[in-house]
Amino acid sequence: MSTDLSQFRQTYIAECFELLADMEARLMELDVGAAGSEALNAIFRCAHSIKGGAGAFGLQEIGSLTHVMEALLDSLRDGRVAPSRASVDMLLKARDIVLQMVEAARDGVKVPENLGADIKAALQSAADGTPNASPSTLSLEDKPTPPQVTSEVHAPQSWRIGFTPYQTLFMTGNEPILILRELARLGQTVVTAFTGQVPTLSTLDPTRCYLSWIIILSTDKPESAIREVFEFVTDHCDLRLVNITLQTSGPVSEKLPEKKMDALPALPIVSCAPAAAPVTTAASPPAEDPVHAVPHVTSIRVDLEKVDRLVNMVGELVITEAMLHALMRDFTMDKLSGLLGGLSELSQHTRELQEAVMSVRMQPVHSVFARMPRLVRDLAAQLNKDIRLVMVGEATEVDKTVIEQLSDPLTHMIRNACDHGIETPAVRLEKGKSAQGTINLSAAHRGGRIVIEIRDDGAGIDRARVLAKARSKGLVATDAQPAEDEIDAMIFLPGFSTAEQVTNVSGRGVGMDVVKRNIAAMGGHVRISNTPGQGACMTVSLPLTLAILDGMIVRVGKELYIVPIANILETLRPTRADVRRLEQRGDVINVRGEFIPLVYLGQVFSVPNTHQDPAASLVILVESNQQRAGLVVDELVGQQQVVIKSLEANADPVRGVSGATILGDGRVSLILEISDLTLMRASTTAHAWAA
Amino acid sequence: MGLAKKILAVDDSKTMREMVAFTLKGAGYEVSEAEDGQAALAVAGAQRFDAVITDLNMPNLNGYGLIRALRANPAYRFTPILMLTTEGDPSKKEEGKAAGATGWIVKPFDPVKLIEVVQKVCPNKAGGV
Amino acid sequence: MADPQQPLGETRQFLSFSVGKEEYAVDIMTIREIRGWTETTRLPGSPPYMRGVMNLRGLIIPIFDLRTRLQQGTTEVTPRHVVVILAVAARTVGLLVDAVSDILDISDEQIRPAPAEPREPGDSLGSSTDAAFIDGLLSLQGRMVVLLNVERLFDVRQIDKAVSQAA
Repeated sequence: MSTDLSQFRQTYIAECFELLADMEARLMELDVGAAGSEALNAIFRCAHSIKGGAGAFGLQEIGSLTHVMEALLDSLRDGRVAPSRASVDMLLKARDIVLQMVEAARDGVKVPENLGADIKAALQSAADGTPNASPSTLSLEDKPTPPQVTSEVHAPQSWRIGFTPYQTLFMTGNEPILILRELARLGQTVVTAFTGQVPTLSTLDPTRCYLSWIIILSTDKPESAIREVFEFVTDHCDLRLVNITLQTSGPVSEKLPEKKMDALPALPIVSCAPAAAPVTTAASPPAEDPVHAVPHVTSIRVDLEKVDRLVNMVGELVITEAMLHALMRDFTMDKLSGLLGGLSELSQHTRELQEAVMSVRMQPVHSVFARMPRLVRDLAAQLNKDIRLVMVGEATEVDKTVIEQLSDPLTHMIRNACDHGIETPAVRLEKGKSAQGTINLSAAHRGGRIVIEIRDDGAGIDRARVLAKARSKGLVATDAQPAEDEIDAMIFLPGFSTAEQVTNVSGRGVGMDVVKRNIAAMGGHVRISNTPGQGACMTVSLPLTLAILDGMIVRVGKELYIVPIANILETLRPTRADVRRLEQRGDVINVRGEFIPLVYLGQVFSVPNTHQDPAASLVILVESNQQRAGLVVDELVGQQQVVIKSLEANADPVRGVSGATILGDGRVSLILEISDLTLMRASTTAHAWAA
Repeated sequence: MGLAKKILAVDDSKTMREMVAFTLKGAGYEVSEAEDGQAALAVAGAQRFDAVITDLNMPNLNGYGLIRALRANPAYRFTPILMLTTEGDPSKKEEGKAAGATGWIVKPFDPVKLIEVVQKVCPNKAGGV
Repeated sequence: MADPQQPLGETRQFLSFSVGKEEYAVDIMTIREIRGWTETTRLPGSPPYMRGVMNLRGLIIPIFDLRTRLQQGTTEVTPRHVVVILAVAARTVGLLVDAVSDILDISDEQIRPAPAEPREPGDSLGSSTDAAFIDGLLSLQGRMVVLLNVERLFDVRQIDKAVSQAA
């Protein structure tokens, strides 16, 4: 049935995240200057929209918290309460808790019973700041009204309804015919129209209502159901409702006694057909069990322009296809050049379409950047520093998958800049700098990659201290004299941390080595440039997309696999003499004096009918995480850009496989995870030996 | 069988808009969406709708402004316009009625109720159901 | 919208299909589509009843051999074999069966509870149907239809257990 709204829960949750981010940004702006009413309105609308949906999905805790936020915002807007840093902080905190609740709703977990209770009370008393706060806007119990189902069965009652609309009724868009029809759905009706007020044609104004009606209705519905029919027009008509039932076994209307003489039997002639069945039979309550696990679906917003471009291209594609079909219908060889032209057009359109589709996945880095001002603000407060964050290039676009993985490393680097980079105001003034430190966060496209810079005007990296630390930790030989940039790069070494005391800001056991590793995992790299005393700059360079991969298609038995080109060092056709079988370590191949372990792909994946003899096969030398291996395959089929598809959306993860793609013939081919394979070798070869 | 009745759903909340659209499409209506009053006026000017459902609190022309503007347009003088209100706040209802609203739908969103109310002011089947 | 011709009782629709001589059915609400068999890509290390993955309009979905799942051997596929695409929990999976038979309107009263114990040999159900996969039984004009519990059929823990037992 069409009334199942659970599918919109995800839209709602995605929208909540956007609204909460928006709200945060606007709240951050708010505490700088005097609060303008437009800004407050915008914040109010965020809370309001979140609240609006909360009820529909049974998320009462979100509804009631946003309700109190609204109350405070309302007070601020009306000037009943003056905006203050404290009230902004309170709203920010409440916003964080709403975020927590939304996340819980997304993940299908329950929030702690009293989550947000204290902030709710604080907001409430702040909103109550003045005594004339309207109580209706402050009621905490904001329960969603249960769907009004007027299905209580009463004994049939007869009613006489006098309905005299004012002449202006039509001005409200109400239509008496529809009201009569609605009434007929409640039971059986006899309708009499009174036309006495209708003027002559020459003076008739068709925009006015001159008719009035008396309706006799026999229904088992209560009086409230009848009144509901007239709900929208009560201010625009004269309405008289009298219960004229003979027997009084059902609920008695207070007006019953006065009109006994008008009584009619409960079954008069039918002039309007009663409703056979209500239009909506499935009265499923919209409230969803908040604990019900919801698949975690992400969505993106796409510029209409991009969608239009796609639609245009598909249009072109369809035209070309139709043209080719027409050409083939009665094809003769003299039309060959037309066919070839059409085909090349087709492939060009396809390529353009692919680019356009990829661009749909491109999203501005704004969503990640937007979280940073709050982070800097909170950190500055915590560290007693004065820090300004300047952001440039937020509109720079990068693939959604990159954006998702950018957040953690970026947060960490900003945190580092606040904690270790920017000095306290006293120190800065002493050094002749302004008391306020600045962090510049920028993004730009450069040579098919996105480059993100985090530049601060703080102390920079103290090279003497870094070197001493590296030496004391045994990360560098005591007598080595590394160059300046080599010293700077030491902060990326595993196990390195320059903070002398572990602060609760960045000393969380996650070092810059993790940042570097995460960025490397995305196919990117990070560099540091350092001017001691003047500041430091981290430069992160990332590929624009993780959704497409340059792959080598290889054949093993009848199976085709994709080896990421990025992992391939070279391809070898070994002779028997190159391969040695080592005790405990399995087969190795001698590549210019270096012994590299062999991974028999057919064996680790149990592919039937594959070569066991490396000399009869090909060896692809691959590397991942500084581990090398030689993959033994039957044949190289070709190189191709492939679109990465998730395998795990529907199937269980497979060791040695990172994903899948769809080849030109529509078949699925698995993409190999080289880092897994270099590790899988040991156990399988040992197994092979035992067998 | 005539063409489906066309309804314009106006709300700055995408979720709300989509839910309204989805619910009404399920009941056989044709639904267009607009994200604020201004956008709604533009859409309503370009094509004729049989009914309008609008939120009240929106950026760029709120619901009351939209209702007044629509009523000023002869094409929409008698068109049913329903407002979506949170809570049964009587003052908002009154303001909406004064602006020329036909009726109201109280949030939180209840699809059954929505269809009921829309059927009431803009039935999509001739001759009743 | 409810069809006025249909009685508004507690009837549900099921799709029935056959594997060998047995007839099975699943709730029609779980079915996404039905398609002919196409070659799958083997997934290394998967249980025997997992025939591999296939491309469903850009989505990669695993295909399970119902015959193998019910421990009745492996299906010798032909292009005439049918894959029933199901939504199970958050996943989309395909079920390889011999043929699709019918759409059944079933009221809850017609459903007999699943047997608690494995069946006796020679029983019309076949001896090897795992009782855990059965939601109920249905007797229709003399033929017996097994209502499958797809959730349990693809329950990961069940699958793991089956794998470890097989090993």
